Amino acid sequence: MKQLNRKLLRELLRMKSQMLAVAAVVACGISVFVSMSSVEYSLRTTRTAYYSDYRFADVFMQARRAPVSMMERVRNIPGVAAVRSRIIADVTLDVPGLNEPASGRLVSIPDRQRPVLNDLFLREGRYIEAGHPEEVIASETFMTANRLKLGDHVGAVINGRWKELVIVGKGLSPEYIYEVQPGAFFPDNRRFGIFWMSRSALESALNMTGAFNDLSLTLARGALEKDVIQRLDRMFRRYGSLGAYGRSEQLSDRFISDEIKQLGIQITILPAIFLAVAVFLLNIVLKRLVSTQRDQIAVMKAMGYTNEEVGLHYLGFAMVPVALGALAGTAIGAWLGLGLTKVYEDFYNFAELTYYFRFNEVALSVLLSAGAALFGALSAVSKAVSLPPAEAMRPEAPVVYRPGFLDRKEFQQKIPVSVRIIIRNLERRIWKAALSVLMIAFAVAILIAGRYSYDAVNHIMLIEFSEKHREDLTVIFNEPRPLSVQYNLASMEGVLEQEFYRDEPAKLIYGHRSRRQSITGLKTADGLKRLVDAHNRKIELPEEGILLTTTLAKVLGVTPGDTMTVEFLQGKRRTARVPVGGTIDELLGLSAYMRSDNLDRLTEEGNIVSAAYLRIDEDKSGQLFEDFKELPGVAGTSMIKAMQESFEELIARSTTTSTVILTTFASILAFAVVYNGARISLSERARELSSLRVLGLTRKEIAVILLGEQAILTVFAIPLGFLIGIGLSMLLSLGLSSELYRMPVVFSNFNFIFALFVIVIVALFSGLLVLYRLNRLDLIGVLKTRE
Amino acid sequence: MDAFMEHETDSPVLRVDRVSKIYTMGEVEVHALKHVSVDFYAGELVVLLGTSGSGKSTLLNIIGGLDVPSEGKLYFHSQEMTAASEAEMTAYRRESIGFVFQFYNLISSLTALENIQLVTEISTQPMPAEEALRRVNLGDRMNHFPSQLSGGEQQRVAIARAVSKRPELLLCDEPTGALDYETGKLVLDVIRKVNEELGTTTLVITHNVSIAAMADRVIHMRSGEITEIERNERKLSPSELSW
Repeated sequence: MKQLNRKLLRELLRMKSQMLAVAAVVACGISVFVSMSSVEYSLRTTRTAYYSDYRFADVFMQARRAPVSMMERVRNIPGVAAVRSRIIADVTLDVPGLNEPASGRLVSIPDRQRPVLNDLFLREGRYIEAGHPEEVIASETFMTANRLKLGDHVGAVINGRWKELVIVGKGLSPEYIYEVQPGAFFPDNRRFGIFWMSRSALESALNMTGAFNDLSLTLARGALEKDVIQRLDRMFRRYGSLGAYGRSEQLSDRFISDEIKQLGIQITILPAIFLAVAVFLLNIVLKRLVSTQRDQIAVMKAMGYTNEEVGLHYLGFAMVPVALGALAGTAIGAWLGLGLTKVYEDFYNFAELTYYFRFNEVALSVLLSAGAALFGALSAVSKAVSLPPAEAMRPEAPVVYRPGFLDRKEFQQKIPVSVRIIIRNLERRIWKAALSVLMIAFAVAILIAGRYSYDAVNHIMLIEFSEKHREDLTVIFNEPRPLSVQYNLASMEGVLEQEFYRDEPAKLIYGHRSRRQSITGLKTADGLKRLVDAHNRKIELPEEGILLTTTLAKVLGVTPGDTMTVEFLQGKRRTARVPVGGTIDELLGLSAYMRSDNLDRLTEEGNIVSAAYLRIDEDKSGQLFEDFKELPGVAGTSMIKAMQESFEELIARSTTTSTVILTTFASILAFAVVYNGARISLSERARELSSLRVLGLTRKEIAVILLGEQAILTVFAIPLGFLIGIGLSMLLSLGLSSELYRMPVVFSNFNFIFALFVIVIVALFSGLLVLYRLNRLDLIGVLKTRE
Repeated sequence: MDAFMEHETDSPVLRVDRVSKIYTMGEVEVHALKHVSVDFYAGELVVLLGTSGSGKSTLLNIIGGLDVPSEGKLYFHSQEMTAASEAEMTAYRRESIGFVFQFYNLISSLTALENIQLVTEISTQPMPAEEALRRVNLGDRMNHFPSQLSGGEQQRVAIARAVSKRPELLLCDEPTGALDYETGKLVLDVIRKVNEELGTTTLVITHNVSIAAMADRVIHMRSGEITEIERNERKLSPSELSW
């Protein structure tokens, strides 16, 4: 081994704690980068493969009832590659072991061959057999949540008639990667599931022979989705089409696409912070190294070592820890990525979510970390290289101190000398102090931002589950019902309060922009269902016109006072001009609200309801649930509390993991910055501190001088970190928000207390370590050596 | 000037021709060297004598290629080093110059042997590192780290390191400055031995007048100028010196 390399290795070992700190920070950054980018790639690749293997459609449309003869016309639309018609029905289920009624979506599949589009993946069991109308393939998540096995029976009310379904297969489909009940946002896999059953069985059960109510198709290469959608809308208008839409509006795809997009954003922010801190640490550590090794640099140059050799030698001090960090980070990243993939499997139902680890990630992380090492080492190495050997022989010029703010007479007497030393040291290199504060603040910020999403999701759940919804149960009818249905429900034992609403599918048009969107007709904004905004403020329903969620108003480009065109897609299919009466800043989805009497007037169909919110007597829920299970005309029931519990469980699992990881990483970051700062301070001031000891100061007093500086930096860093954390969270909120949901910028007090607590602990811990070093320092020996 | 005359027929190894060095410190200009001219010849041992601030270290640094003069020229054999490129200067130090410093300047993380190998592995015709150590009587301390060696031992390692590349010029900057009397003499003896056995042109800087007696020639410096060059009729061996 070359002697210069031996020197490098031995000195790296001597500085191991500082170098490990640098390596750890790099490892954090690289592992976040590697895990996030590999997971993003895995999700993207798995989705693409899943979609193509199981022939996921490009365009979808629901209609009331269309004749099968229309299929030929659809096939002839230019740009259409393959078409599949289906019968889909939402029904109430009686699941063994579940007290409450569950909801099922029955999706028809061909009796004999596999579907041409939106095929299913069979995890277990078999495909249905012709001639067995009772056979179904149930979705895997539903079966798992309800512990159902092949051969189990599930009761269903189909078109008012009770049917016993037999599960023969456990399946999944690219259409339901994110499996939620229509209109819901949060999965409740115990109470909602997909059932694929024979087309002929559904035809006869629903009186749909020779007809269909759902259409999906794939587009030929180069075909324009918009054109095909327009043609479909015209063709199926009279069959009660609710408007065709592309994949981007397909709920499951939207969730997964948003997730991929969000990962893409996170790939950039966090690793950038970690690498920036690594650059900073390398910079201060190497600068100190070069300054303590001035004479060695002089000697090397005197011996005839070239500037390149000397420069590379000092660059090695950056490259080795960074390479170690990158290596560890890549390995940890791969492991985290694998773990994260498992978390995603909880949320998204893929036939197989394959974890892909690519050479790309390794190459990029090597590139990124090498860049960080170079950048961090740059000034120190160039100082070493440019140091003229004759000058390097001489000790560094003493630092210039100038009278500062605290040297005014009125202060001098009041401030102890030790504090003056601390303050002067900070003043003297104010930029370095400011940068140290910024780096510690980054750690605080990561802690804040790490817990931010937890707070935001909690806030969403608080608003959605507690403030907006005071009902226990929602009953959704499978088609619009006259208001007289209220007497049926009221007569049921245990129903305490009922409130009806109407969902009217429509197309909202303003200028060249349009959007398929149901309008919800409500009697009041403050009933069982309340209209509250993101800040939990009550919003009134406008007397006239429509109330749009802020996001929807933005999508359409309207502001209150504008008048839009509304095309109703059901019933008489009226078109009306409707003023925008206001906006409501809601967190989830897009919504449009209207007073129900206004809606009745506009549609020219009065007293129609599509669902009911119920408050029930818990003591009587048992019998009531049994009644609901057999109630005809019900497409589904959903229970807000159950949904909340199921989602909380899911979120708890994933946020606990990410909180633990981010807290660990932020602690490492804080530790690295505080510890390295104190170590360098110790090395720079060993002589000075020794002199003070000789002059009679106690160990404790010199410890105060040494650690006081770090303490002050930390104290300044905390509020700054809070601010940066808030900023970072706002950035995250922008990045993570989509049309589907918006992340509110909210913080719990606990978040700040937690960050404060972690930073204080970390600072104390690094202080103790440095104190240990200080106590072991041969103070008198230091004095004897040449500076 | 007389001293020059005796070497007139030989061409000098090194020629310093009206070299000046001016440092600017803040608003003050310090004239560290003022038009200094002197030649050095093969195999001679020269002591550069002067008090602190006389300019001797500056001269040594310029001779060794560690510093560049503000004015004047430096010739190594016939090559003008003041016109040399950075790379040529490095090669000059690498191949032709051996340095010994007052504070030894060993690399603390390398053993005695490794400190020497640091030099031998970049020179073209080095002596074996072990041999260099044996020459300074440290054959049994090869694997000791600097912190395990006494000051005198460290300085001997530094000398071994300097001579291991077989330099034409050995430059010693106050080699005994940090050592006690006995150890200092021991180190000077090693320098003498190297000069005699290897024939290396040796230049020793000191402020210790007594050391001058071991030189072939003594150059006196004061305030950046050479005040006198004298030739010793009889060189004393370091063991005969006292101060």
